[in-house]
Amino acid sequence: MSFVPYALAVWIFLVGLYGIVTSRNLIHITVCVTVCQSATYVLLLAIGYRTKGTAPVFADIPTEGRRVVDPIVQSLTLTDIVVSVAVAALLLSFALKAFEHHRSLDPAEMELKG
Amino acid sequence: MSRQLRTGLFLVSALGLGALLVWGLVGLHSFGNYPGPYGDLISSLTKPQRHTANAVTAVVFDYRGFDTLGEELILFVSAGATAMLLRETREYDVSDIVDPVRSDATRAFGALAAIVLFVLGLNVVAHGALTPGGGFQGGVVLAAAFLTVFLAVEYHAFHRLAPAWFSEPLESVGVGSYLVYGLVALAIGGSYLENVLPYGTWGRLTSSGSIVLLSWASGLAVCGGFLVIFGEFAQENMAARHRRSK
Amino acid sequence: MIPLQVVAIAFTALGALAVVLARDIVRQAILFSIYGFSLVALFLVFQAPDVALSSLVVGGAAYPLVLVGAIARVRAMQKRDAE
Repeated sequence: MSFVPYALAVWIFLVGLYGIVTSRNLIHITVCVTVCQSATYVLLLAIGYRTKGTAPVFADIPTEGRRVVDPIVQSLTLTDIVVSVAVAALLLSFALKAFEHHRSLDPAEMELKG
Repeated sequence: MSRQLRTGLFLVSALGLGALLVWGLVGLHSFGNYPGPYGDLISSLTKPQRHTANAVTAVVFDYRGFDTLGEELILFVSAGATAMLLRETREYDVSDIVDPVRSDATRAFGALAAIVLFVLGLNVVAHGALTPGGGFQGGVVLAAAFLTVFLAVEYHAFHRLAPAWFSEPLESVGVGSYLVYGLVALAIGGSYLENVLPYGTWGRLTSSGSIVLLSWASGLAVCGGFLVIFGEFAQENMAARHRRSK
Repeated sequence: MIPLQVVAIAFTALGALAVVLARDIVRQAILFSIYGFSLVALFLVFQAPDVALSSLVVGGAAYPLVLVGAIARVRAMQKRDAE
């Protein structure tokens, strides 16, 4: 039962990979890449969790003697979420450029010419 | 390679990959029993060492400030590359865009919501060291305030509020001040991005030394980067609504 | 694990599957927004309010706009090709 959050991260990652492999649309692929990224956020936060712990904000709780969850993994995750939008915007502009060139969003119809 | 063959091959290899991942993750501690020393160390040190109430912000802008610089540079480069790619082949001007007609109630409520979001964004950025918040979260809320103007009012209002000559310098000032603060800390005699400003009283807005400064810098950088991206994509969104093409 | 965590985990797993299996890209944009909200609930239940704040604005406003903007541009170009 305690392995379920880690299994959730593996499940989301594999589901996203399935979407990338069987996709017929470049924009669909971009969203599936973001789904794969969200699997890593779930894994990071699951690693740092402590049962009956609270958020690591000490504005109204004493610092010692109180169970808090890990603040380090949260810092890695929150910068990553904001940056994932910018990376997705870049991938979408690649998709738009590919559409302008090949007039289709289907990756199977795009032949790479040397 | 046909689609069915590719899907079948993927399902077989996904089973193998899944087994490998599960085997690797079984070696971790069980969920809920975080053992590691560093999280507890930082949680116990943020109040005495840095006078910061929010341990996550202290880690983002002080203990691991260099990683945040890397993330901001990713944002900077992505926003610049998106603008460069999408501005190349645009066949119409901003002045040719015709907005859809919206009711006055929608426009008024949208403007009101944008003002509230803007103030909320400034609040979230300013209180980064005290409550959950900080530069990244507040920066996206600030950008969402401008986005509300695009969604509820009209595109031309959004373009007047956040044109390219405003959002690009905003982003550059944000990233630049982060870099320059690191050099200032280096010049004073500490290490790059070290917290050399006075720490102040715990629980006040002016506590935590350089964390507040870096929080504002990254808030401006994130807001500017997102405004550049939104500006490009909002203009793409109006691609079907222009009077003529060049 | 408390029951709230179980529910959040179940919604996230179903949401990820729904996002990937959606073939129409406009529908996928909306489903991704809903998946983003279930992720926010999961982050809150894992006691991470900072992460939930940034994920809320990103999944609710920023990402759907970027997706819909790209889709609108593609539709406009396809319509002009058809003429």
